[in-house]
Amino acid sequence: MTAFIQYTLQGLALGGFYALAALGLAVIFGVLGVVNFSHGACYMLGAVGAALLLDATGLGFWAALPIITVAMFLFGVLLERLFVQWLLRLDPLYNFLLTFGITLFLVDFVKRRYGVSSLPYELPAGLQGRVNVGSVSLSSYQIFVAVFSVALCLAVWLLLTKTRVGMIVRASTEDAERSRALGINVGRWVTPVFGFGIALAGLAGVLRAPTGSVNADMGSFFIIILFAVVVIGGLGSILGAVVAGFLVGLVEAYGQGYAGSFSQVLIFVLMAVVILVRPSGLFGREEAAS
Amino acid sequence: MQRTRNSMSSFARRPLALAATAVTGSLVLAACGAGGPSSGGGKISDDKVVLGLLNDQSGVYKDLSGPNSKVAIEMAVADYKAKYGDKAVAKNIEIVQADHQNKPDIANTKAQEMYDRQKADIILDVPTSSAALAVATQAKAKKKLFIDIGAGTTALTGKSCNKYTFHWAYDTYMLAQGTGATAVQNGGKNWSIVYPDYAFGQDMTKSFTNAVTKAGGTVQQSIATPFPNDNFSTFITKAESSKPNVIGIMAAGGDLINFVKQFNQAGLQGKTQLAVGLMFITDIHSLGVDQFQGTQFTDAWYWNFDDQNRAWADKFKAKTQTRPSFAHAGNYSAALQYLEAVQRAGTDNSDAVVKELEGKKLNDVFLRNGEVRAADHRVLHDAYLVKVKSKDQVKEEWDYEEVVSTIPAAEAFNPTVSTDCTM
Repeated sequence: MTAFIQYTLQGLALGGFYALAALGLAVIFGVLGVVNFSHGACYMLGAVGAALLLDATGLGFWAALPIITVAMFLFGVLLERLFVQWLLRLDPLYNFLLTFGITLFLVDFVKRRYGVSSLPYELPAGLQGRVNVGSVSLSSYQIFVAVFSVALCLAVWLLLTKTRVGMIVRASTEDAERSRALGINVGRWVTPVFGFGIALAGLAGVLRAPTGSVNADMGSFFIIILFAVVVIGGLGSILGAVVAGFLVGLVEAYGQGYAGSFSQVLIFVLMAVVILVRPSGLFGREEAAS
Repeated sequence: MQRTRNSMSSFARRPLALAATAVTGSLVLAACGAGGPSSGGGKISDDKVVLGLLNDQSGVYKDLSGPNSKVAIEMAVADYKAKYGDKAVAKNIEIVQADHQNKPDIANTKAQEMYDRQKADIILDVPTSSAALAVATQAKAKKKLFIDIGAGTTALTGKSCNKYTFHWAYDTYMLAQGTGATAVQNGGKNWSIVYPDYAFGQDMTKSFTNAVTKAGGTVQQSIATPFPNDNFSTFITKAESSKPNVIGIMAAGGDLINFVKQFNQAGLQGKTQLAVGLMFITDIHSLGVDQFQGTQFTDAWYWNFDDQNRAWADKFKAKTQTRPSFAHAGNYSAALQYLEAVQRAGTDNSDAVVKELEGKKLNDVFLRNGEVRAADHRVLHDAYLVKVKSKDQVKEEWDYEEVVSTIPAAEAFNPTVSTDCTM
């Protein structure tokens, strides 16, 4: 039983991180209708950026969190202005291919420039050590990441549901034509939202750097799990991404505890089952299922 | 701005969702790969000796071998030419290289291309066990030499052994013998092993389990993990649950870094001993000595072991701005000894060169007390049990290892030739 509780905690901690990482993907799809395949590469850029920042200036984790997030926001704005916007009016598959191409470019660029080995990055001061309650325990950093992620997801959700900006963005998503008729400049919100999504990917990368390998390929596999998360949650649904993030985290932790090397397969089994039962995902829009 | 995106909601979202799912699925499948077609033919060119370097030029093993192994081979060619001058049998030496991306099907096709079209007389390196086995099959079929440096599987000198294939630097037996047996002798009797569930990880686990058991220890559990895998936290909890003295990790590259970072974050550093199955100096460089401090592992060669190694490493650094891994030194040694064998044989004819290598006792910067065992083409040489230094012991960049003991050639490798091996 102790083991089960321990696995559950680890799953929840992991789930918080998945939720945050998938959130940007969900936001971008929800507002722009773009399946951003470069999300994994931007996650990688966030982590690599943090490592380079440390190497070049000595600025550590706490400084990297805001700096990299802002830098990635600007990078996202640049991507949208230079490339993505021109394809928005075409079939969505064009942007899907575009972002896939951007991924290949970014990954190979980092490989050529910085090699394939992991770049050094250590735990931030103050987050070493563990928290023990009875016989279950979690590392302080795991707890920090989970709490930070959940708080951020909550903030994004509040932003989108309780503020005027959020309402405009949601209205533009629901029905761009009618929003435009009501005098809302829909196009104006597209760029910052894309930048915001990319910033979230970069932020997730920074959060990952102290606890995993920081290299060019780190996003290539991660993006597959993220897609599983957003597909399970329902493409474009923010609540869906968060709930599915936790679900996938739990499935992976139980999988590691009880099913060994099948732990990742279980995520895709879950995805397949969800698609069979609810083709639009757990929180996907009704119309997507029709 | 006129947008038509809104009309997409009813139609395109569903195909999009399906497309995303399909791409997700196909990327998972892409890891499997398929066999490549083959082309026949086989010419022997005697006007030049062609050395083929086939390894990972862009993926996880790029830094530990990759393009810098070409530099190592060039150094071997230069040393050979300097030694024999006008008397050199191989006057015209060419080096060709290709990227096998760690995929057996690509390795298979590239090996054929090298042997047939580029007229390679020998293929060198080939990390990734499955890829190495594919190249061994080609070497046998084309009757051309193959010296493997980068791969660890004992199958190269077992089931897949053949007249033209040599295994130069290390194998899973060597790693397990050094690390496993020594840890048990030092009191690490109870083990949990965590391994990636593919050929290399399984082979490593088998070798470690044998070595630990033979030395009087027990492997309480061996835990299979997916490959690749980012998050090991629950696997680590599980490994720790049987209260072992030693946790052995058989992952390599990025997964090893993931594991060690999370192992340390689980508060186990200094509490439960960590044994790393296969580690390259590039891994220590990426993670920093702090995280690995005190970890023992078996190394096939270390650049700062003695003056001879250091002198060679200095030359290597002048060309590459980095210190060599054992794979770099192994490639140098293999290329050099091949050319020496050509010199003795007076020809690059494969059978004649094999005869010159078989049973020979060899010594160079990489091979100490080296011998090419004729029965299975395992190259025996001294190996080293090393310990990662602590931060204050490190005097210069890349000065990460302290050699605890030298494992004599006769003990470092399996003394019995596999019964599966028939040349």
